[in-house]
Amino acid sequence: MSILINKDTKIITQGITGKTGQFHTEKCIEYANGKNCFVAGVNPKKAGEKIFDVPIYASVKEAAAESGATVSVIYVPPAGAAAAIWEAVEADLDLAICITEGIPVRDMLMVRNKMKEKEAKGGKKTLLLGPNCPGLITPDEVKIGIMPGHIHKKGRIGVVSRSGTLTYEAVGQLTELGLGQSSAVGIGGDPINGLKHIDVMKMFNDDPDTDAVIMIGEIGGPDEAEAAQWCKANMKKPIVGFIAGVTAPAGKRMGHAGALISGGADTADAKLAIMEECGFTVTRNPSEMGKLLKSLL
Amino acid sequence: MKIHEYQGKQILKKFGVTVPRGIHCTSVEDAVKAAETLGGNVWVVKAQIHAGGRGKGGGVKVAKSLEQVREYASQILGMQLVTHQTGPEGQKVRNLLIEEGADIKHEYYVAALTDRATQSVAMMASYEGGMDIEEVAHKTPEKIIKVFINPLVGLTDEQALTLAKGMGMPEGSIAQCVDTLKKLYTCYMETDASLAEINPLIHEGDGTVKALDAKFNFDSNALYRQPEIVAMRDLDEEDADEIEASKFDLAYISLDGNIGCLVNGAGLAMATMDTIKLFGAEPANFLDVGGGATTEKVTEAFKIMLKNPKVKGILVNIFGGIMRCDTIATGVVAAAKETHLSVPLVVRMKGTNEDLGKQILKDSGLPIISADSMAEAATKIVAAVK
Repeated sequence: MSILINKDTKIITQGITGKTGQFHTEKCIEYANGKNCFVAGVNPKKAGEKIFDVPIYASVKEAAAESGATVSVIYVPPAGAAAAIWEAVEADLDLAICITEGIPVRDMLMVRNKMKEKEAKGGKKTLLLGPNCPGLITPDEVKIGIMPGHIHKKGRIGVVSRSGTLTYEAVGQLTELGLGQSSAVGIGGDPINGLKHIDVMKMFNDDPDTDAVIMIGEIGGPDEAEAAQWCKANMKKPIVGFIAGVTAPAGKRMGHAGALISGGADTADAKLAIMEECGFTVTRNPSEMGKLLKSLL
Repeated sequence: MKIHEYQGKQILKKFGVTVPRGIHCTSVEDAVKAAETLGGNVWVVKAQIHAGGRGKGGGVKVAKSLEQVREYASQILGMQLVTHQTGPEGQKVRNLLIEEGADIKHEYYVAALTDRATQSVAMMASYEGGMDIEEVAHKTPEKIIKVFINPLVGLTDEQALTLAKGMGMPEGSIAQCVDTLKKLYTCYMETDASLAEINPLIHEGDGTVKALDAKFNFDSNALYRQPEIVAMRDLDEEDADEIEASKFDLAYISLDGNIGCLVNGAGLAMATMDTIKLFGAEPANFLDVGGGATTEKVTEAFKIMLKNPKVKGILVNIFGGIMRCDTIATGVVAAAKETHLSVPLVVRMKGTNEDLGKQILKDSGLPIISADSMAEAATKIVAAVK
């Protein structure tokens, strides 16, 4: 098993005809069971056409109805990305994965609150992963997003991180040590996003095929600390933790919009201390994440 | 993106918030003329730089005559203003704001910012305005009143009243304060701000509520739809190397150490900096080349790093995903040749086309040191610069 997605997941690609969407859709189709998973694309101007043998529909609703897809991945450019997320939510999908980087924060504030309002009124809850994330992968089954498939290996370790390449780093170390992954999830580097560390940790905890987890965070925001507190009381599996940004100065945005130290509690040192206190095996050496995890099994 | 106080006040005024009358100027003569134009017998001469703490650093002076306006303007214009936010070298003052005096009865604090935990806009207010609010937040957090605003609803009357009463505004000023807070919220949303802070907000002897300062930060992702805000950008206030880097779509921040690093991905870049520190040295910069690095981008990245005279060695750390290691290797070799690289260079490459990349580095004939892990790369570069 795995979390969120598996070989039977049916996926819609929003922004399938754009340069980025095309490039990554092709790679995702080539990976494992991708050919059977990527069943529809959306572009109102190209409805009725096909790309990589995938039919294009005018709307997400129509694509979902025709293909039976329950998940969408979004490569739509920043100015229209929040509207694309909302379209996936209105179509009552289970999960929307937004890869797009550079969405205005106000747009994300609006769409996240619209999603919460819909749920509060009893509407179907659509999970959101991202934005500004690499996506997620269940090795040897399906890859949704921009991560390099070949570094992954099927197995029983979960990986969750805000950063893309740092996720690959952890996965690469695990694979080199012979440890495969159940699922690897990139939650993204933006301040207003969907699934957070805590949500993904809950899923890994419930997944019978995940034995242990590497949780990677960054400076800025309260998310890692919140996840650590939850894990202290509930997590039944060993966790290795790393936080990037011990050397990052306060008040400077380190690339990711969310990686900005604003108070005293969101520095790397503060987060590492909380994680350690909550029972994580933490390291300050990111080259040792894999080795450390192996020692816990 | 940040702007000056005088620009912030122009924005607040546009949204209906009462601000003192003031004139922006860049010379002593214009400062005196501005004071004459404003009239009255008290003026405030305010240094305009993109950093807080200007008053403490001697950048804000109250003048009681035109001679004093001239004296203070001459002192402040051109000075290296050092505040707790500028660093020890300070920031050169190129702009002044000359303002009419205000009849300050009390100074309050108000700010709006995006709260990631609640995914709402937080508005904060305090009776303890005019001073360092971080200290207030630290020592007496109960003195800061907060409301969380659902952006689908906006700031409600009830919330605005809670803030106005909570900050201790006198009865006669409550109505205008509520109105000011609502306008501040509208301004925050419509300009795509990430921070809007008025410190101090005051009430005057006649009850008027006025913004005596204005500090804004804007969401850089939204600048494409805010041309008026973009026009307010003052490149003199920003780091020249960071501006140069942004032209090539590189995220660059200069730091104090001596090891330059070039990495793909913000998280991995921070992790690389941390590893350098862990092995006994300090990073000279943060540099994320992003997902689509070309030879040109890598060359520019090298040039920017090498402009820093403190750089004694360079560490390149690439996890090739979509970006292929051979592309990066070609870029690194070209950059090293073009910049006549004379400091030690350690390259660590993983992922797509890793072997091909390593071969290109080897065949280049350049003294490039190769490493397999981040830890090994850091050990090697730290040893090479000692």
